[in-house]
Amino acid sequence: MVKKLVNTTGNVKWLSPAGKLVALLLALVIVQVLISTNIINDYIFATFVTIGINIILAVSLNLITGFTGQFSLGHAGFMSIGAYTCAIITLRYSTVFGFLGGVIAGAVFAAFVGVLVGLPTLRLKGDYLAIATLGMAEIIKILFRNVLEDITNGAAGLSGIPQYVNWLWLFIFTAGTVTLINNFIKSSPGRACISIREDEIAAEAMGINSTKYKVMAFVTGAFFAGIAGAIYASYFYFISPDLFGFQKSIDILVIVVLGGMGSLSGSVVSAILLALISTYLQSFPELRMIIYGVLLVVIMLFRPQGIMGSKELSLSLLQKWIQGIRRKNGGAA
Amino acid sequence: MERFLQQVINGISLGSIYALIALGYTMVYGIIKLINFAHGDVYMIGAYVGYFCMTTLKLGFFPSLLISMLICALLGITIEKIAYKPLRDATRIAVLITAIGVSLFIEYGTMFFVKPDPRSYPPMTGFMARSYNLGNLVFSAQQILIISITIVLMILLQFIVKKTRIGKAMRAVSLDRDAAQLMGISVDKTISFTFLVGSALAGAAGILVGIYYNSINPLMGIIPGLKAFVAAVFGGIGIIPGAMIGGYFIGLVEVMVSGYGNSMYRDAVVFAILIIILIVKPSGLLGKETREKV
Repeated sequence: MVKKLVNTTGNVKWLSPAGKLVALLLALVIVQVLISTNIINDYIFATFVTIGINIILAVSLNLITGFTGQFSLGHAGFMSIGAYTCAIITLRYSTVFGFLGGVIAGAVFAAFVGVLVGLPTLRLKGDYLAIATLGMAEIIKILFRNVLEDITNGAAGLSGIPQYVNWLWLFIFTAGTVTLINNFIKSSPGRACISIREDEIAAEAMGINSTKYKVMAFVTGAFFAGIAGAIYASYFYFISPDLFGFQKSIDILVIVVLGGMGSLSGSVVSAILLALISTYLQSFPELRMIIYGVLLVVIMLFRPQGIMGSKELSLSLLQKWIQGIRRKNGGAA
Repeated sequence: MERFLQQVINGISLGSIYALIALGYTMVYGIIKLINFAHGDVYMIGAYVGYFCMTTLKLGFFPSLLISMLICALLGITIEKIAYKPLRDATRIAVLITAIGVSLFIEYGTMFFVKPDPRSYPPMTGFMARSYNLGNLVFSAQQILIISITIVLMILLQFIVKKTRIGKAMRAVSLDRDAAQLMGISVDKTISFTFLVGSALAGAAGILVGIYYNSINPLMGIIPGLKAFVAAVFGGIGIIPGAMIGGYFIGLVEVMVSGYGNSMYRDAVVFAILIIILIVKPSGLLGKETREKV
């Protein structure tokens, strides 16, 4: 539960900036103590890492799909670029600086590919864009598997990647991503992105260069997906092209849709929720995917806005919610 | 030259299968503007129904074909009624996400019941095991069967769409849903019928791919489904002859890439074609440019 509190504070208004910082540091220290006293063992920590990676992925996809309204099905492609870049660099330079360099290089490289892909494809609308990004991710996968075989070891994948991700780095990257994307959304370009989601033609009429902002959101999302991939490679020792297929993109999409397209805290909450569900269902992988499928359909039929809609978790929302329950109970009595 | 012609024959056989799947995509897209992600999985179900008809029930090929088309048609209507109909007025992204959900559900639901391992179709017997030579070219009976069944189904489809009342209704609804409704056409019935026809064609494609490649598995629908979608986009999505042309084109390209290049790259080439079409002429080969109105 500690983690949930930690990550939502990144975008919640219930604390002053100084208070937020204190809360973040507190959470960082508490979990660190729990890890060093072995209350959080390696197995639980692996779940923490999965949650952290999923939060970064979901929040960055939410920027593209939820806030800017551009439906991307290729997020795993960017993740794989970050993962391979970081893996190849740390395998050569096995130091903490190699790791940090790898993370940054992976993110920058993913962002670069994001520009290349985004410029032509973001002219497309809705479902065409979805298919084009999906095709792009498949092409990236085939590149890693067949074309760049000499450095990526093809379908067998890279293994024995040095592990540098610990709680500190995981925390810095996860909280950092949520904070930076939150700030981006609150900024003037972020508002331009939201206006494109609401009505692209109206936004253009108001003088917003929609292509520019769509590409900006897409590239920012790709950058952070690259970070998530790099962390994945550096924690789980092993990567192969098939880990980053269509399936992975869908996993990320499920998190975003469940949490609410347009709500960062929703993405965080649902990343935690789904990580717990999939840890629980680890030995029944088919059942997990069936549940994901049903979840997508049921959400779209009955609550298309997801858990949070486009609201953010905050103290005032909590207050309203409690008041609502009280009123309901009062009415019943 | 002979090698080339042989590749053309193989390409047309594979293209027939893509064309059958692409027709379903294109008809559904034409009528409700939805990329029916579950369509590739209907095709997979067709392959499995055919498999069970031919092994467990020991039926011949043609009865199995009819049964699998029938079951897929029912499945298509069920999907439409449960998942898409309630979302008729929702945003397109919402329906697309639902389609992905349905697709996951069918894939892994099937995997849950029939286990993930691939299964192989029973060996062909009688005339279907033969192959015919024309000069140095080899036609296998399966290829002849695939090509001729595809052509028969396409003629049938053209007849339904162009000559029957329900076909006229389909064309009217895809042109303008509201106006069609005002003219007394039952839009819901027409959409269901479109799903029925498209899914039956996918079922046929499923059993044909089963006898052609001999191996089926619960995730076999994903990649052919996407490629058939590329075929539909290539020909101009929503346009029935476009899907046929696109299907044969993608089939030929894929076989040529495997035959003369590296078979590992065939998927990449197909997706690259998709991206190029979307950038150069998003309306496809036979499509007309439409301007967006405010």
